[in-house]
Amino acid sequence: MEKSYDDTNTEKSGLRLKDTELRLGLPGSESPEREEHDQNVLSLKSFVSGAKRGFSDALDGGGKWVFSGGSGGGSEGLFSPRRGGNNNGGNDLSGSDSGLGGPVLKDGVAPKPLVVQEKKSQVAAGNGNTAPASKAQVVGWPPIRSFRKNTMASHPPKNDNDDDNAEAKFGSGCLYVKVSMDGAPYLRKVDLKIYGGYKELSSALEKMFSCFTIGQCGSHGVSSRDVLSESRLIDLLHGSEYVLTYEDKDGDWMLVGDVPWEMFTNCCKRLRIMKSTEAIGLAPRAMEKCKTRT
Amino acid sequence: MQKKVACSFPDEVLEHVFSFIQSDKDRNAVSMVCKSWYEIERWCRRKIFIGNCYAVSPRMVIRRFPKVRSIELKGKPHFADFNLVPDGWGGYVLPWIAEMAGAYPWLEEIRLKRMVVTDECLELIAKSFKNFKVLVLFSCEGFSTDGLAAIAASCMNLRELDLRDSDVDDLGGHWLSHFPETYTSLVSLNSSCLGSDEVSLSALERLVGRCTNLRTLRLNRAVPLDKIANILGRAPQLVDFGTGTYGADLQSDVFSSLAGAFSSCKELRSLSGFWDVVPAYLPAIYPVCSRLTSLNLSYVTIQSPDLVKLLRHCPSLQRLLVLDYIEDSGLEALSSSCKDLQELRVFPSDPFGEEPNVSLTEQGLVSVCLACPKLQSVLYFCRRMSNVALVTIAQNCPNLTRFRLCIIEPRTADFLTLEPLDVGFGAIVEHCKDLRRLSLSGLLTDRVFEYIGRYAKKLEMLSVAFAGESDLGLHHVLSGCESLRKLEIRDCPFGDKALLANASKLETMRSLWMSSCAVSFGACKLLGQKMPRLNVEVIDESGPPDSRPDSCPVDKLYIYRSVAGPRFDMPPFVWTMDEDSALQVHALHVAEYNRKPDWIGVGTYEESIQGLRAKMPFVLYLAELSNTSQCSSQPLLSGDTTLTPPRPLLRLPIETLESDDKTQRSKEGKYMIKMRYSMNPTICFEIRPISTRSFPGV
Repeated sequence: MEKSYDDTNTEKSGLRLKDTELRLGLPGSESPEREEHDQNVLSLKSFVSGAKRGFSDALDGGGKWVFSGGSGGGSEGLFSPRRGGNNNGGNDLSGSDSGLGGPVLKDGVAPKPLVVQEKKSQVAAGNGNTAPASKAQVVGWPPIRSFRKNTMASHPPKNDNDDDNAEAKFGSGCLYVKVSMDGAPYLRKVDLKIYGGYKELSSALEKMFSCFTIGQCGSHGVSSRDVLSESRLIDLLHGSEYVLTYEDKDGDWMLVGDVPWEMFTNCCKRLRIMKSTEAIGLAPRAMEKCKTRT
Repeated sequence: MQKKVACSFPDEVLEHVFSFIQSDKDRNAVSMVCKSWYEIERWCRRKIFIGNCYAVSPRMVIRRFPKVRSIELKGKPHFADFNLVPDGWGGYVLPWIAEMAGAYPWLEEIRLKRMVVTDECLELIAKSFKNFKVLVLFSCEGFSTDGLAAIAASCMNLRELDLRDSDVDDLGGHWLSHFPETYTSLVSLNSSCLGSDEVSLSALERLVGRCTNLRTLRLNRAVPLDKIANILGRAPQLVDFGTGTYGADLQSDVFSSLAGAFSSCKELRSLSGFWDVVPAYLPAIYPVCSRLTSLNLSYVTIQSPDLVKLLRHCPSLQRLLVLDYIEDSGLEALSSSCKDLQELRVFPSDPFGEEPNVSLTEQGLVSVCLACPKLQSVLYFCRRMSNVALVTIAQNCPNLTRFRLCIIEPRTADFLTLEPLDVGFGAIVEHCKDLRRLSLSGLLTDRVFEYIGRYAKKLEMLSVAFAGESDLGLHHVLSGCESLRKLEIRDCPFGDKALLANASKLETMRSLWMSSCAVSFGACKLLGQKMPRLNVEVIDESGPPDSRPDSCPVDKLYIYRSVAGPRFDMPPFVWTMDEDSALQVHALHVAEYNRKPDWIGVGTYEESIQGLRAKMPFVLYLAELSNTSQCSSQPLLSGDTTLTPPRPLLRLPIETLESDDKTQRSKEGKYMIKMRYSMNPTICFEIRPISTRSFPGV
């Protein structure tokens, strides 16, 4: 089988450090990189044809070609930029590479467990309990448009022969509500059904909107996200800066946390993370919160 | 003398000839014949379709086609319909509208799918295009009825306003009254997606009454049943009607006026809506049923016998959308009543329940396929399937062009044999030679992909979920499906190898989506670096992918071909893997809109784009927002580095940077700016310091 690359090319085939090097230059100066690029494209093409043969070789070689390990053609070391010159040693796949080699999972571990398998084990575990409402949802499955889901959920199908399970069938699916945060550039949507209670919702929202609160920390000259520790985040959302509010079915804006969780999920239409300063008219509790924290 | 033949016709003659050529494919072919034909064609192209708004920039389109009257754009990947694409991903139409406002003052039609449209966009449309006629917002979001009011008030020549399936912030029905009393041009109105309980019925009735050319009217749920007769009475010429709520306490006078109104609609061919149906009112539509070709009962939650009773009155039906309440027995009845059926969609009434709630199985679909020879398009949700059923379907419906089967429980085997459904789907692709769209489900091994690669030569769009065993499956598809344009995959064990081996195939496709698969970050980087005409975007909400080893799989991957280079409106959780990808790491979010902004002067967008590519320092013109919720600056401009003189960037506020930020900024090459288009009119900026972590040796 044709080898497009051998070990001596590994250096070239690796991450081209020169290309990604920071360079200084005045506006208008040339950035010389294009010729190298064509070379890359060419080499990729020749590799591709080699790789195809690699596949058929693997097939002809008997046995199904599998993801990790297995016998195969020669080692094609192109797509493993960090191996630093040693095709086999640095590679965590046991045995020779098959086909493309490349940046595969360490230790030849199978692809990460898929969501559904986890879901299944949850269902199995739950079988002993009394009437689980529905199994854990896989996001976006079955593939039903949001418009349909929301329409069916807000007006659950009525059955003439009314069983218990006729109640809000679609409602047991998911309940997406929009969450906006003052100052954030776009809305998010959350599925209220996946949270067990206010605490889970609160921490999920913190995580989701953490990137938007970096500016609040004040620029301490360090702009990296790493700096933003969890405790600072929590202080922001639980502290005096923001309160979590929701719009209920009547169109009124209420403070989150006053009613039982079930009732909340039934009447919440959208959420808003509001600045405490704007929440003055909302409820006395918001002001109390500010006072107690400061 | 032979050489001159092509040029011997005056341009006007060629232009006239070209005007008879409407399809994009043919137009593209014409433009490739020779240079002069390219020139003539581009000046007379009136209609543009752009399947991926990021494949090309507005500036490029305008430069090539200066006289466009109609544009269609698509934004987010298809899986955004199922909440797999996080909010803020992109698909903003504002840059397009902004550019076209200047370049295409005579633009008449805008059709958008899965894009983010703001009220600002709608106001800009209303203001900029004097002869605006058609606005279709299919599955869009980000706007409210205030924006619609602006359209209504200004677009005197508006013919079509279609909001189907869009997520609209419905502030009440008053937007309808913004259509002036002198406005009469409406031909088509679809506001069925509006969710408010309020609707201005009098404005609606007056509008319908004075627009005598109205052919399509789809109402939203807020319109009560007892108002339908009145509305229909004013528009007996309707061809396509969507009711609002179709339920109320039964009153004989309401019923008879309803039936009377329907019977006077002699042109009616399509019905939809029917929310909250009360079965007793259904017979009111019997007068029109015999002529109906399209019926959307997909929100009708009544039992099979009532559905069948209705369908028996509709022998001309070509298109039916229905819930699985119809059951196998109902589909059997359908197959004997409606021989002309071309399209069938059966939706699940209880998709999240553990047990089936209705008796709908593969038999229903089989009976329809056996009896309806014209069937071309199928969307079917069910809970069990067998290979023998699929083979029967394939053999009896060789004309299928779209086949989407969703077996609700992932990885469900053939219920008769407990084998995978490879053979069944294999039969579909083998027999249905014109199949253009296919969605798979059930238990599937790599074999099904072998069949698909071998037989599905006309397949353009393939959706795969919870299927396959190894990269070989993906390889079969990428190497075998010659017509493939869109491939979307979720939760399949496909990794790097097939993807990298078929990298060049990706340039022949519109896009590839892979989520919850096994593609590593390293492979994504490599693909992005080696394939300059592909945009490789990694979506990962758990943090920067380079904070983990290269071998870690990415959460979601979206690859699409583009001549516009990487986009600049990505949210924090989307990383582009282009050649500069090593430079983009952290984000400092600087937008804080109600503080006094500082002016930080500097360069132009063009210079900044140059800077991004040549890794140069740069900054931005920034300006003050008048208040936190309205952007008073110019609309966004897209970046085209060839433009001279350079144009100023959209001006935005920026929070005061600490003094050491400024000094850091003066250290050349250390900063990069990314722009974000937001759903709200306010737009924020990020200044990203370049981390030295990603590239060793710097």
